[in-house]
Amino acid sequence: MGLVDRLLSGDRRAAAQLVTLMEDGGPPAREAVAALYPHTGHAHIVGVTGSPGTGKSTLVYELAKEFRSRDKTVGIVAVDPTSPFSGGALLGDRIRMQKLSTDEGIFIRSMASRGQLGGLARATGDAIKVLDAFGRDIVMVETVGAGQSEVEIARAAHTVIVVDAPGLGDDIQAIKAGLFEIADIFVVNKADREGADRTLLTLRMMLDMGEGSRERGWRPPLVKTVALQGEGSALVADAVEQHLAHLKESGQLHIRSMRLAEEELRRILGQELLSRLLDEIREEQWEFLTKEVAERELDPYTAADNLLASFFQATAGVDERRGYES
Amino acid sequence: MPESKIRVLIAKPGLDGHDRGAKVVARILRDAGMEVIYTGLRQTAEMIVAAALQEDVDVIGLSILSGAHMTLFPRVLELAKEKGLGDVLYLVGGIIPDDDVPALKEMGITGFFGPGASAKEIAGFIKQHVERG
Repeated sequence: MGLVDRLLSGDRRAAAQLVTLMEDGGPPAREAVAALYPHTGHAHIVGVTGSPGTGKSTLVYELAKEFRSRDKTVGIVAVDPTSPFSGGALLGDRIRMQKLSTDEGIFIRSMASRGQLGGLARATGDAIKVLDAFGRDIVMVETVGAGQSEVEIARAAHTVIVVDAPGLGDDIQAIKAGLFEIADIFVVNKADREGADRTLLTLRMMLDMGEGSRERGWRPPLVKTVALQGEGSALVADAVEQHLAHLKESGQLHIRSMRLAEEELRRILGQELLSRLLDEIREEQWEFLTKEVAERELDPYTAADNLLASFFQATAGVDERRGYES
Repeated sequence: MPESKIRVLIAKPGLDGHDRGAKVVARILRDAGMEVIYTGLRQTAEMIVAAALQEDVDVIGLSILSGAHMTLFPRVLELAKEKGLGDVLYLVGGIIPDDDVPALKEMGITGFFGPGASAKEIAGFIKQHVERG
């Protein structure tokens, strides 16, 4: 039996091996995606993001426990950064979640970002598909500790939780742009600490001024938690469920799904086009144009136009054939 | 861009709370370009094996200083084999008396790294034994 068939029959090892396959990429990964894609689209994908140290992992752990008590199965993809120097990574999100790892209704996978910017790994989207096809009701994605512009998660999740905590610079310094705008739910974690109420108030004021909320008819709720003690996680789970209900009732779920599909298609198209283009270009031409640009004989836009022109010329005949073949 | 990395699980079975060595090894392996999943302290055999399975690791490193290895390791290895993880490379760090090594090798543990093992030695051993990456 192939890996995808084993996945669909509920084999946990197959799920794990498929995620590795997706991380390694290349033709085997693409074939696997093609095989499992028809079985996806059922999971509620929930992103959890926020600055490092706000308590994302602990919150994800508490939320997973809460969803399990509501008879939901849960998949977790936790992304941590790859060292740009060694290419290695120390993946520690699991430390806070290990107590759940023997629960058959939970599947936790750590992923290294492998040089990808934006808070996710290149293969995170495909890992989500694996867990979706595996039949998880909810797939939670914990991003790399994010700053102000790591908003990739908005392109991968139905519901985005932005976690903040008191005492991180001036109130909402860390989430003032970008992150603020992608939140469907705000969590102020470590709410037992001094300054929590001020953080909450600042967020509320920004919402009152009409900031945030990427869709109509939904004002992102603010939830106070002390994740380490499990306080407030039921309220966050409620908010997640309410957001999904809202998406369904308002027709936004369909629109959001269309947007996620479009974003993904655009991203893959860009990658494919670039890698095929680089395959087609002759090395001499590449070197020649690079030199021209470096020596100010040619501007980079014109050089890129030249490369594109010769790529389309070279592939004009080939493309037609390819279209019929596949 | 196909890329493959060696994935390593570092776990501390049992009750001793000394994880400095485990953390140092985790960092060494990261610096050698591997992806290291650290599970933290006080792990049962079930937790270790469940994590190794979900993370699809090539290597499991067990660190122990309590002397309970002859009780804890057989359980981990038995369970791992039961779950189909027989082909994983098993390493041990910490304090293991020489007398126990043959029995542990028999169980399927391949590498032993006590105090004084160098970074190069450990990373080199893994790279030599793991095909992919």
